[in-house]
Amino acid sequence: MNKIIEWIDKRFPLTSNWKAHLSEYYAPKNFNFWYFFGSLALLVLVNQILTGIFLTMNYKPDAGMAFASVEYIMRDVDYGWLIRYMHSTGASMFFVVVYLHMFRGMMYGSYQKPRELLWLVGMAIFLVLMSLAFTGYILPWGQMSYWGAQVIVSMFGAIPTIGESLQQWVLGDFTLSDVALNRFFAYHVVTLPLIMLVLVFAHILALHEVGSNNPDGIEIKANKNPKTGIPVDGIPFHPYYSVKDIVGVVVFLMVFCGIVFFAPEMGGYFLEYNNFIPANTLQTPDHIAPVWYFTPYYSMLRAVTVNFLWVDAKLWGVILMAASVVIFAFLPWLDRSPVKSIRYKGKYFKTALTLFVISFFVLGWLGTKSPTPLYTLLAQIFTVIYFAFFILMPWYSKIDKTKPEPKRVKE
Amino acid sequence: MKKITIVIFILCMAPFSDLFAAESGMALDSAPVSTTDNASLQRGAESFVNYCLTCHGASYMRYNRHRDIGFTNEEILTKLVFTGQKVGGLMESAMQKKEGEVWFGVAPPDLSVIARSRGADWLYTYLRAFYRDDSTATGWNNLVFDRAAMPHVFYQLQGEQKLVIKTSDKGEQKTLVLDKQGEMTKAEFDNFVGDLVNYLVYLGEPHANARKELGLTVMAFLLGMLILSYALKREYWKDIH
Repeated sequence: MNKIIEWIDKRFPLTSNWKAHLSEYYAPKNFNFWYFFGSLALLVLVNQILTGIFLTMNYKPDAGMAFASVEYIMRDVDYGWLIRYMHSTGASMFFVVVYLHMFRGMMYGSYQKPRELLWLVGMAIFLVLMSLAFTGYILPWGQMSYWGAQVIVSMFGAIPTIGESLQQWVLGDFTLSDVALNRFFAYHVVTLPLIMLVLVFAHILALHEVGSNNPDGIEIKANKNPKTGIPVDGIPFHPYYSVKDIVGVVVFLMVFCGIVFFAPEMGGYFLEYNNFIPANTLQTPDHIAPVWYFTPYYSMLRAVTVNFLWVDAKLWGVILMAASVVIFAFLPWLDRSPVKSIRYKGKYFKTALTLFVISFFVLGWLGTKSPTPLYTLLAQIFTVIYFAFFILMPWYSKIDKTKPEPKRVKE
Repeated sequence: MKKITIVIFILCMAPFSDLFAAESGMALDSAPVSTTDNASLQRGAESFVNYCLTCHGASYMRYNRHRDIGFTNEEILTKLVFTGQKVGGLMESAMQKKEGEVWFGVAPPDLSVIARSRGADWLYTYLRAFYRDDSTATGWNNLVFDRAAMPHVFYQLQGEQKLVIKTSDKGEQKTLVLDKQGEMTKAEFDNFVGDLVNYLVYLGEPHANARKELGLTVMAFLLGMLILSYALKREYWKDIH
């Protein structure tokens, strides 16, 4: 065995990479519950790729056949139902783990120096994930696939002057049709997964360059054992975190399989009931709602109801929605706090983060509902709170009363 | 802090408050669904091919899949297949889509996954909520689905209902009363529709029972994995302080 590895090492950096990224990558020893979601996101990505490959074997990207081919997978392909539910549940669970992963970063200031690029690559992954979810949701060609996509695509049309031609360029047709279905299929199974893999690779590379943050938000590299040069609060990723992450994986799989086997529709949130109706281009559904993970942004899109500064309400909605996603990327420069972790931040930051989380949930919930005057008002209020979290951050994070950080990580 | 309290209060009240009431509709009756009850599913399947398949298709479903619910291939051919198809054929409607559009204004929808989009309770209530209405093209209307294009295909079984509207302080209350007795009593008809809806639920996802069965095995396996992986983690971590 050793001889084989020796042979490989002379030709390929196997042992050195194994050491650099696993057995001698020193991670802080105080990771808590919130640190499971990175490895879980990787697990879901692998799940999506593997089940996705098997789905493409029987799926037909053809407006006339797509819906029936999905039902063919569900009924006639051996264990096709399992593969499909793993993929559909995986899509939603991808967002669950990624949202929790991002929230972890926000709580412990993981975006702060020196991890700005790590955070930005993560944001790029988030954008690609959203594109993957959008293009994937079109593929079953159900009513919600069709009309949900119609809403999103019509946002291009809101852009002045070039909007209409841009929309036609994206669709390859005057309306959403078989042409668009084919290209969205290509994006979903080739373009976006390739970009995703490269970005995930870069994300891990950037992480291992700067090292992991931790719940105390202090740099473990600042305190090394003078003899070995190893951080005193660091432990090798393998075996310590590899065995710990396996526990996380098993617990996650219990939740995941609980959904796949016992509630694959998740009460209409993971698989919408209206998407079991084949797309009908002539019949707009009474109520169009995106899948749950897009509803907070969808709420903000609908929240703008007045024209303002020569720009009409629809375009403001689109701008606001785009801003609500992109604004996360600015966090490293918005946060002026001298400490990273919420453990040592003051009342202002804690209050702001709580309000932000509440507004994210309320907006998400509102996005699943048909708009009424009251709902629209609520959406407007919470949109303001959502943005205030970011825009006021340079001010409140600076004047906030922080506690002193410890020298060593706490148990 | 006050702000947070108010917001949290609103958030907590949201699901219960009248202000936030969901789209109102008629209260639906609860359908007696049991996809492990093969006798009910078989009765439902036979009613389905007799009453529904003439106009609607279930074209994602194969006849021989009905071995799941206890039929043999021979029984499938004698009891379910009336269109000369092979036992592995798809359950396509005898009626052409074009004809449907001409006769009913819209082509009758495929019913393979109707229970997944409408829900069992809706179907159970809808199929029992037809009433006489001379103002419509078919002479029938429906309390759940106003001006449904579908006529009342079970009127010989259920009889004819008529609509009674009572006005009170609470607004209009619509109820249906049996005007002409059909071949079945109310209880018999409810059972008949119950079996049919049960079958439609099965039809929507024929592998649902297999899914839950496999799920139990998988969960048991994961539970074992949890114990092992946790023990492994503890063993490795005991020297970390």
